[in-house]
Amino acid sequence: MIQAHLPLLIPLTLLFFALLIPLFGTKVPRSAYFLALSGSFLAFLISLYGLGRVATDGAISYNMGGWAPPIGIEFILDPLSSFMMLIVTGISFLVIIYGYRVVPEEHPQTQVSYFSIVMLMLTGFSGIVLTGDLFNLYVFLEIASLASYAIVALGDKRSLVASFRYLMLGSLGSAFYLLGIGFIYFMGGSLNMKDVSQILPFISGEPAVIAGLIFVVTGIALKMALFPLHFWLPDAYSSASSVSVALLAPLGTKIGAYILIRFLYFIFEPEYVTTTVPITSIISWLSVAGIIYGSIMAIAQDDLKRMLAYSSVAQVGYIGLGVGLATPLALTGALLHIMNHSLMKAALFLVAGNLQIRIGHSNIQKFNQKLRHTMPWSMAAFSLGALSMIGIPPTAGFFSKWYLIVSAVGESQWFFVFVILLSSLLNAVYFFRVIEKVYLSPSKESLTDLPEEEEENKYAQNEVSFSMLTPTLILSACLLVIGILNYFIVNNLIDLMIPSNF
Amino acid sequence: MNSITIYESIVPLLAVVVSMVAIPLILISSSQPKLREFWTLAASIVKFSLVFSLLPGVLDGKVAATEIVQLFPNISLSLKADALGVFFGLISSFLWIITSIYSIGYVRILKEKHQARYFASFALCISSTLGIAFAGNLLTFIIFYELLTVATYPLVIHKGTTVAIKAGRKYLVYTLTAGVLLVAAIAVTSQMIGQVEFQAGGISEFKDLSPLTIKVLFVLFVGGLGVKAAIIPLHSWLPTAMIAPTPVSALLHAVAVVKSGVFGIVRLVGFVFGPEILSQFGLNGVLVILAGFTILVSSLLAFSENNLKGRLAYSTISHLSYIVMGAALMSPSGLIGGLLHIVNHAILKITLFFCAGAIYVNFHKEKITELNGIGRAMPWTMGAFTLASIGLVGIPPVNGFMSKWYLGLGALESGQIIVLIILLISGLLNAGYFFPIVYRAFFKESEEFKSSKEASKWMVVPLVFTAVLSILIGVKPDLFFKFFPLAVQISQEILGV
Repeated sequence: MIQAHLPLLIPLTLLFFALLIPLFGTKVPRSAYFLALSGSFLAFLISLYGLGRVATDGAISYNMGGWAPPIGIEFILDPLSSFMMLIVTGISFLVIIYGYRVVPEEHPQTQVSYFSIVMLMLTGFSGIVLTGDLFNLYVFLEIASLASYAIVALGDKRSLVASFRYLMLGSLGSAFYLLGIGFIYFMGGSLNMKDVSQILPFISGEPAVIAGLIFVVTGIALKMALFPLHFWLPDAYSSASSVSVALLAPLGTKIGAYILIRFLYFIFEPEYVTTTVPITSIISWLSVAGIIYGSIMAIAQDDLKRMLAYSSVAQVGYIGLGVGLATPLALTGALLHIMNHSLMKAALFLVAGNLQIRIGHSNIQKFNQKLRHTMPWSMAAFSLGALSMIGIPPTAGFFSKWYLIVSAVGESQWFFVFVILLSSLLNAVYFFRVIEKVYLSPSKESLTDLPEEEEENKYAQNEVSFSMLTPTLILSACLLVIGILNYFIVNNLIDLMIPSNF
Repeated sequence: MNSITIYESIVPLLAVVVSMVAIPLILISSSQPKLREFWTLAASIVKFSLVFSLLPGVLDGKVAATEIVQLFPNISLSLKADALGVFFGLISSFLWIITSIYSIGYVRILKEKHQARYFASFALCISSTLGIAFAGNLLTFIIFYELLTVATYPLVIHKGTTVAIKAGRKYLVYTLTAGVLLVAAIAVTSQMIGQVEFQAGGISEFKDLSPLTIKVLFVLFVGGLGVKAAIIPLHSWLPTAMIAPTPVSALLHAVAVVKSGVFGIVRLVGFVFGPEILSQFGLNGVLVILAGFTILVSSLLAFSENNLKGRLAYSTISHLSYIVMGAALMSPSGLIGGLLHIVNHAILKITLFFCAGAIYVNFHKEKITELNGIGRAMPWTMGAFTLASIGLVGIPPVNGFMSKWYLGLGALESGQIIVLIILLISGLLNAGYFFPIVYRAFFKESEEFKSSKEASKWMVVPLVFTAVLSILIGVKPDLFFKFFPLAVQISQEILGV
């Protein structure tokens, strides 16, 4: 009966491999990569299977140690958590493939511990997604956070400071969360999510519950880098190594968004958070501010990784806006954008990593059209990712924005419509700036007088290795495929996730 | 008139996709120019044949349609080859063949760089244009409309110079902003009335909307489509984009980009808002004023332009508004005239750009004042140029006369004498800025152009061909392509008479 154990199987697999890696890795350092690869692939397969089961048979619940829920800890694989698991494991698998050459190069001394920490972080992520217990969620949140502080610290020379800041603010976030659930536990007497959601209607008027909700939301907002609690993000992302940032940027903030959705709409009720305590409209307005702030700051950056990091602040805003608008359509858009943005950001950060490996920097000002000849595939992947970020149809990015716009129109929130559209244009500004450099800016040794063939010869292809290129291309190809098939995903998966009490 | 029946067919899809299939083939064969040119030509011919095969059915009132994939709860990616779609599809796919032939000559002689990228973008452009032609609803329309923007960008910046990069930026600022307005308009439509399918005579649910919503939607839609249709004051990207290679300008002006804009306006008037609602709120009057203003102002601006391509650009802006005017008049003859002008202007303007390109390739001349006596060196080219100029002025028997005649009739039918006067003045202005070029070419002398020196056959044959075609269509409007009966049918569909 493997099916009943599915919810626990995913974090367990990841944890198991996280422990295996140091065991074998101390003898044969290279084995760390292959263990991490097989672990994440296994987790991906289980998630895929789990998603299939959940879509046909409904949610699967697992009681830790056989203790029934309010007492014991429950793990739940429902449509929402299985969807998130597929994103987490799918992207981490692709990024770990990418690590074959990069990790030994960027972390020559520490690759064994590096892979082990990565697997621990993924264990944390999957635990957060799957657990049905508020305190258990805190435990996994801390596992994931500590692991991510560690892998940020393993980046370049600025990374220690960045990581320290990340640690301070992240711990603050966790503390807020813990404080919040403390309040709620004190009033309701339970930590099981289902249980709490049934108790809450009776105690929802209590100031302590309201305070708890606000603490939790603040804590999570810090974790997901919702404006104005995003300070830690740009430094942490731009100083982390290629693989770390390609894992953190697509997944880290999305896990925060997941907790937010879980908390507001599954534990609390949509009506409560929209009207009784109108916390969603605060989230919407902050998100909108974040969209504008992130986009403008991205334009001002000269470093590609920093630009992408600020763009993440803006993109988290889209998700926040979808959550804050609190309609089924908007939530669909937010969930779709969680998936789309994970794919886009992973693809774009992988390209940034490719550049780091091949030309040693990611300074936009120094890009020139040599790159087009030397790394045609990476640049094509970048362009596709950029188009999707701007929201040019039929790429995936268009459709999540479309859901958000349509739902903002439905709520008559014209200012939000305006901001989403404006930010598309701002995105266009900072992405076309890069595209222009890569495809048009003349290189130092001017070759404009040479005929085409000689020019091609002069710049022999210097594309990154197969292990790096494949994940980059798969991710960017996904943007087109998912864009066209978006309704299939919405209809068969996301519709199942929308809570019935909307 | 026959009633319209819709049947399932993948021909429209094939017609859209065929040039996308050619893109990887073109890119793969980037080191073999001959093979690359073969792919381009093969795709263009297959594409035209596919569109042409839809023509008999459409004339019988049979519309080929296909739904590819669902995109949104109430919207799918759907292609529908109705009369208007086939009309636009025919002219653009036909002129793609001619432009491809001409391009081959042009890039060979100038040894342009990045030819693979050039032909690939070209192919994507034309795919998007056909997608726009056959789009069955607004969401499908915007997908291809944005794709067209993206596909044209590499062509505008093709030369890679600082000026070209600046032009590219301007192009993107205008077109992406327009795209955003259009997305907003479509999102509002979708949310408010629950559907975005095109309907002949207007989407019926529009009647239920509040007057304010309708007006706001109209502004958003016209703002979104007006950029590509180059309605003043949204036009200024177009003269700037003249920096692109000449075949690109030809394609931009005559076939793909700007015509997609005016085609969008015709769709908007006839298939989204519908004549009833537009006249109820007096919105078509707004369009008439905008179009009339554009026609006159851009004709005047054309005088001050000494760059040949620049002058052609302003002429394009003015002639696009003829088409907008035709749609906005909403009388049967006006609509027919506007539609015919899509075809006629396309053929005439492509001829003129081909001529400008031939002159540039031969003598590297771009300024009008440098063209004294060039008629002696390039008699065929300048002959074609003269013919096309006559056409745009509106003198029979060249085809431009016919569309102007119908536009004039349309103006009378809707009682807009002022429009008729604008058309007449504009005809004079056209003569005023085209004929001096012809005069310089043939009647002034210059030491430079003594001996005869035509451009390559790859270039001269296409431009003579389009010039001849303009006379043939002018004399016999239902020739081969059946543009005239199609235009009549479309106007009946829209106006319901």
